[in-house]
Amino acid sequence: MSTVAITPDLVAQHQLAESEYRKIVSILGREPNYTELGIFSVMWSEHCSYKSSRLHLKKLPTRGKLVVQGPGENAGIVDVGGGYVIAFKIESHNHPSFIEPFQGAATGVGGILRDIFTMGARPIAVLDSLRFGPLNDAQAGPRNRRILQGVVAGIAHYGNCFGVPTVGGECVFEPCYNGNPLVNVFALGVAKKDDIFYARAAGIGNPVIYVGAKTGRDGIHGASMASAEFTEESKQKRPNVQVGDPFLEKLLLEACLEAMQTGAIVGIQDMGAAGLTCSTCEMGSRGGTGIEIELDLVPQRETGMTPYEIMLSESQERMLLVAAKGREDEVFQVFRKWGLDAVTIGQVTADGLLRVRQHGQVVAEIPNRELADEAPLYDRPHTESPVRPCPEGTHPSPARELMPPQQALLALLASGDICSKRYIWEQYDYQVRTNTLAGPGADAAIVRIKENGVSIAMSLDGNSRYGYLSPREGAMLAVAESCRNLAAVGALPVAATNCLNFGNPERPEIMGQLVAAIEGLGDACRFFDTPITGGNVSLYNETLGEGIWPTPVIGIVGLMPTAAPVTMDFKAPGRSIILLGGLGNCDETRFGGTQYAKVILKELWGLPPALDMDYEKRVHDAMREIVAAGLAESAHDLSDGGLAVAAAECCLGGVGAALHFESDLSPEFLLFHEGPSRILISTANPDGVAEIAARHAVEAPRVGITMNSALAIRNRDATLVIAKIDSLNAIYEGSLENQLRS
Amino acid sequence: MKFGVIVFPGSNCDHDAWFAVNRNLGHPAEYIWHDSPTLSGVDAVILPGGFAYGDYLRCGAIAKFSPVMAAVRKFAADGGPVLGICNGFQILVEAGLLPGALIRNRNLKFICREVRLRTETLDSPFTSAAEPGQILRMPIAHGEGCYIADERTLDELAAEDRVAFRYVENPNGSMRDVAGILNARRNVLGLMPHPERATEPLMGSSDGLVVFRSLVMAFQPTAA
Repeated sequence: MSTVAITPDLVAQHQLAESEYRKIVSILGREPNYTELGIFSVMWSEHCSYKSSRLHLKKLPTRGKLVVQGPGENAGIVDVGGGYVIAFKIESHNHPSFIEPFQGAATGVGGILRDIFTMGARPIAVLDSLRFGPLNDAQAGPRNRRILQGVVAGIAHYGNCFGVPTVGGECVFEPCYNGNPLVNVFALGVAKKDDIFYARAAGIGNPVIYVGAKTGRDGIHGASMASAEFTEESKQKRPNVQVGDPFLEKLLLEACLEAMQTGAIVGIQDMGAAGLTCSTCEMGSRGGTGIEIELDLVPQRETGMTPYEIMLSESQERMLLVAAKGREDEVFQVFRKWGLDAVTIGQVTADGLLRVRQHGQVVAEIPNRELADEAPLYDRPHTESPVRPCPEGTHPSPARELMPPQQALLALLASGDICSKRYIWEQYDYQVRTNTLAGPGADAAIVRIKENGVSIAMSLDGNSRYGYLSPREGAMLAVAESCRNLAAVGALPVAATNCLNFGNPERPEIMGQLVAAIEGLGDACRFFDTPITGGNVSLYNETLGEGIWPTPVIGIVGLMPTAAPVTMDFKAPGRSIILLGGLGNCDETRFGGTQYAKVILKELWGLPPALDMDYEKRVHDAMREIVAAGLAESAHDLSDGGLAVAAAECCLGGVGAALHFESDLSPEFLLFHEGPSRILISTANPDGVAEIAARHAVEAPRVGITMNSALAIRNRDATLVIAKIDSLNAIYEGSLENQLRS
Repeated sequence: MKFGVIVFPGSNCDHDAWFAVNRNLGHPAEYIWHDSPTLSGVDAVILPGGFAYGDYLRCGAIAKFSPVMAAVRKFAADGGPVLGICNGFQILVEAGLLPGALIRNRNLKFICREVRLRTETLDSPFTSAAEPGQILRMPIAHGEGCYIADERTLDELAAEDRVAFRYVENPNGSMRDVAGILNARRNVLGLMPHPERATEPLMGSSDGLVVFRSLVMAFQPTAA
């Protein structure tokens, strides 16, 4: 046993509260030793135990008729027909990506990919949701630019080499991410329904096998790091960030899928956060068994590692599996073929204990279930988010001189959140595996499953401006937008995954944001029939006491028959343009969260756009029917920047539009309000579209006609916008690179 | 006509090449593992894209030593058609089956993008089904696709009509816009763009089929 004395200081250094330490003592019936303290500290970290959020996460809907596996496994699983399932989940790698952007983001991709293929599914798509501080920030600009470039290169490095297409995502800039960039990565894989693998250790006496990379001293306490705020000293935590090897991961993927085919594997789990500790005790806990391992047998990259270091290492590209006794050789043979280490390091036992030996001596002995599932659970105090009042003299006010609408549109098209992200996504191989029907830049990414004629549409959405104004409504709007993105390409949403990025939950106002956002997500996901099958909570996104805005990111997956997708570009001149859902309405209380308020007015106030979920859903139903009937030549949902930005984006393919309104709204509200439930369609059969819309009781005014090479928008007699498409394109396409060069 | 798709541990376009040949071209294809000393009687060999052995050294630098490459060399020496795509091109260059080198893209970044290629010669088993000067649309997806060679080699390639494709808009800084080249015997083609990713309308282009159909026309055992 280790001889390090357990002092209150040491307990505090492990970020364990005194009450938590007392619970450890009561579970063990004695004081823990140093190794055991380390093991408890990572398993009971916020990152691994969800101790602040678990109570509230229970309110989320998790069941549905297509859901095969909900939360609690490495990924959620949904039946997509024809004997196939998809496995998917989103994870954050925020803290490591701030400390070391390239490797932090790369290993974020690596971690979520392992979560997918550990379930027997071959990854076929990745999407990423990125948030950075503004690139032109007076102080943090240079660092923000460096972080963006590092994160993007890291994602590209890992995903491209591994051979999974990065098919979509989002990238948003706000000052609250200056010290806390967010890197959320979603991955999705496909498996045969009969070939799903679970992370359960079953069968007393079955061998526990370690495969993949050797264990080194990297990433020790990564999970704990991700459960604390950043301070000036955080940069010293760089050694806590792991280094990824995508080639090794590719070998691990192929070897695992091939080994699974032998039928000799009973259960399997990747070693991600908290490494060997997490994989052993969670597999044991799920299987209701004990696990006994000998650390001398663990392949090690360096000599003299202590039990503490081996158990807490977060070296990448490792898996733990339980094989059927007597069939180890079948497993070893596969891993040998792929040139990987595969070693029996222990066995499944009946006593429910995680027993760790080194040199034959027991160095840790902890009940699996208590360690994995009995982590402290906190009902932290939480307060309601205040309403942010509309400041005196804010829009619209005659006292304020407003920018001409055309100039505002150009400014919005050049702004960080709206401008083309081509600079980012061209660095990703978004086509490998030749399944990508709609890639980056589309409303929803679409990948086909070659085996069953079904395609999967996916969208990641989150809007922290809305979340700041109302965590609850912001979360609901994110779900609505994600579902609308899917509807715009004709897909039916079937399930969701979420990544909840928040500040320090020990502060009641932050905890209040988290609780409200979870309730909003729950209500919206119940309404849109998209159960949440898994996800991730990332708290303590704070630097020097400055927390991020509430940033729930939702990923929704939908199903559609495999066919050429409907895209946003207008296709030919002379087509009718229909605004499915109608013009919507807006007043000044609901305008303060818009991109117009951000970019032009540089303000943030009031409430996010008003959402009528029932109407929203009818718009989606109508849209899907319009796509199914083959009536939509193009479709694009209205979101950031509202009507004018959406119309401009539809023109960027080269075919323009003349839009004409008869509206009482002010030009700013008409063009730039971000009311939901709206999709811009072009069609050769406007009557057919109108008929479907009417049947769903959805407004569908004809608002214009497509034409060559220019965008013109008029309200009554006033010309609000008249711009050549070439000039719109130049601004939209060139902006991000210009900002990175500045 | 039977195609063999070489599988290095880090190949990741092997399935795509197989799918393009087997499903979209309609000819049998089989995988050949990198440590295989033989090619088991295939009529054409595809070296697919990917990161053969991780490519942490120069791309293809390790792959050229793999057992299967000895068999590929012999196959090429006997006149068998060898198509190296992306990483496959890099390997062919490292193995000395094609001249020149492929270095990092001029912007130092990975680029995934559809490009246009101009068919420069019809005098090869990979391009004989094309129209003269035909423009083909297919994607690139590489970080190290900038083709370089000394002036003499470039002149020689041009003089011997061994540049199969040039970029219409050069994406990566390749000298003289070179996208794909032939060996002197014209039975080995290396090209950075991905014809296998352009073999059906759902992929956005079917132009890549020109390369595969040319091969079938030239080498199908039963063809007259």
